[in-house]
Amino acid sequence: MNGEAIPAPLLPTPLLEVRQLAMHFPISEGIVLNRKIGEVKAVDGVDFTINRGETLGLVGESGCGKTTTGRCILRLERPTAGQILFDGRDVNRMERQELTALRRRVQVIFQDPYSSLNPRMKVGDIIGEPIKVHGVERDPRRRRDRVRELLSVCGLDPKFTDRYPHEMSGGQRQRVGIARALALDPEFIVCDEAVSALDVSIQAQVINLLEDLRERFGLTYLFIAHDLSVVRHLCQRVAVMYLGRIVEMADSDELFDNPLHPYTQALLSAVPVPDPRIEAARAFRPPRGEVPSPINPPSGCVFHPRCPMAVDGCKQARPVLRELRPRHWVACSEVN
Amino acid sequence: MPPLLEVRALHTEFRTGAGLVRAVDGISYTVEPGETVAIVGESGSGKSVSALSILRLIPDPPGRITNGEILFDGKDLRRLTEPEMREIRGRDIGMVFQEPMTSLNPVLTIGRQITETLEQHQGVDRAAADRRAIELLELVGIADPARRLKQYPHQLSGGMRQRVMIAVALACNPKLIIADEPTTALDVTIQAQILELMKTLARRFNVAQIIITHNLGVVARYAARVNVMYAGRIVESGPADAIYHAPRHPYTMALLRSVPRLDRPRQARLDPVDGQPPDLTRLDGGCAFRPRCRFAVERCGQEQPALEPVEGGHLAACFRSTELLASQDVAA
Repeated sequence: MNGEAIPAPLLPTPLLEVRQLAMHFPISEGIVLNRKIGEVKAVDGVDFTINRGETLGLVGESGCGKTTTGRCILRLERPTAGQILFDGRDVNRMERQELTALRRRVQVIFQDPYSSLNPRMKVGDIIGEPIKVHGVERDPRRRRDRVRELLSVCGLDPKFTDRYPHEMSGGQRQRVGIARALALDPEFIVCDEAVSALDVSIQAQVINLLEDLRERFGLTYLFIAHDLSVVRHLCQRVAVMYLGRIVEMADSDELFDNPLHPYTQALLSAVPVPDPRIEAARAFRPPRGEVPSPINPPSGCVFHPRCPMAVDGCKQARPVLRELRPRHWVACSEVN
Repeated sequence: MPPLLEVRALHTEFRTGAGLVRAVDGISYTVEPGETVAIVGESGSGKSVSALSILRLIPDPPGRITNGEILFDGKDLRRLTEPEMREIRGRDIGMVFQEPMTSLNPVLTIGRQITETLEQHQGVDRAAADRRAIELLELVGIADPARRLKQYPHQLSGGMRQRVMIAVALACNPKLIIADEPTTALDVTIQAQILELMKTLARRFNVAQIIITHNLGVVARYAARVNVMYAGRIVESGPADAIYHAPRHPYTMALLRSVPRLDRPRQARLDPVDGQPPDLTRLDGGCAFRPRCRFAVERCGQEQPALEPVEGGHLAACFRSTELLASQDVAA
């Protein structure tokens, strides 16, 4: 991280490719004779790519599998099926040395700035730890300089090195989490609900910081979030997940202005906009029912029990993602 | 007709290790019968404490209501005895909290939570209470209510539990429902269902509502009038349209400018509220928003601006609110 901007490549090249990713967690019963009695299909056949320098938003409601997808990419879970290629290499086949390198190149920012920072460590040690563990900078004084640099890059006063997390506000703590993620000069960062716990007035500051860092260091983000307004602002492309599957994927403005999948349409219509005049004029029908259990997901299209457009065929065949408009993919057999 | 609720110069303090916190520092507002009023603010602004103060549910110690009046339906709630207050809670004022898992009793069936309220306040017998409970569950959109009555809170989804909370709140035909972040823990499609349900039922039974939230979209959709809180005070108050389209307090203006919008194409950058949230143990005699305010002048450091009318029912607590009138319509 020398502060120089990295020029964007002329042709987009995929940095991350996710192919037919599936993560089924077993449900077992019994203590002595532990038997598997079923499985939770948290992620069930997900495909997407992220190009270098791009931010892909992964959105959906609780239990749709967005966080599990992120954890598989970070190799915190071993997927049941499918491949995750980082810079062309399958992360699940990496041996020790390559995996160590991956751990430097791929970082994560978590939601909760209260539980993701060790309360017994000073801020300087929290940020300096990855630098030390990976042997990037063995000289303590130079390491300290590096930590101070990272703090100021993230908009914090370098004097914060000697503070503890509890002495800081939520926004400041999240900046510490970001500084830690940047410590090893990563190329790719999984942001899992990275701004969701922050108050409105602080959230905008951190969103701007994430955008500045992306430009300055040529970062690529997978931005996992449930807040669609934040995703529209921050992401170039967006994938909508429902019950372990991607139902729609498109460029950000295209997806939010012309949602094609009935689930995306329902989701967008449920979000109130901060303007009473617009709200008063909006026709508003919240989607009926609740998300079914991923243990026994509906047959065919998983959205069919709640879908206003569903026909008999939707109960049988699982719809595949089709490119209905340029760069706009939809998994629905009834939309054309 | 007098307002249903009139809060006058309410003060609530907490003694903490770090010092005295004036969580609610002299707020005044009214709620008319059948009206929906929002209290909007960020963490620590005092919005929840102000609601708990109305219900006299502030844990003492460390908290205490130190001053003010809470006039509800002709009575000053601060002067009531605890047994009298218990009669008001759940009967005249219903409550819906953020976390239905913690506000429902985990060892009582859904049916019992509703019938308990009915037996306590209306003295009906068990069979009548059971019939009424089934009716209430149907009303809040719970399918197969007779079966649900026998289930426990953990057997229901978050959205279902919040529907049960609404059924309990409505059980005794209250005049007012206080909903503290009623949908914050829920997914957006369930949030929409619950808020629509509350709106429909409030209209049908002419119940007034106080909705406490940090979500500016929820306020825009459901509230007729809005109180914006910052550091324990109401800094701006008025009809929703005026608050969103002609805000007169720099905090309201900054807040509206800083939210990313779902209905607008991507912009280059957001315009955040500068600085950090206030430390309530270290407030001085000036305006608490001053360190983050783009319009601050010397006077703002010396005295606290009072909440004063700027136009009709629109009030703002800012020395420069008349000058801010000329500023742009931030929401449009």
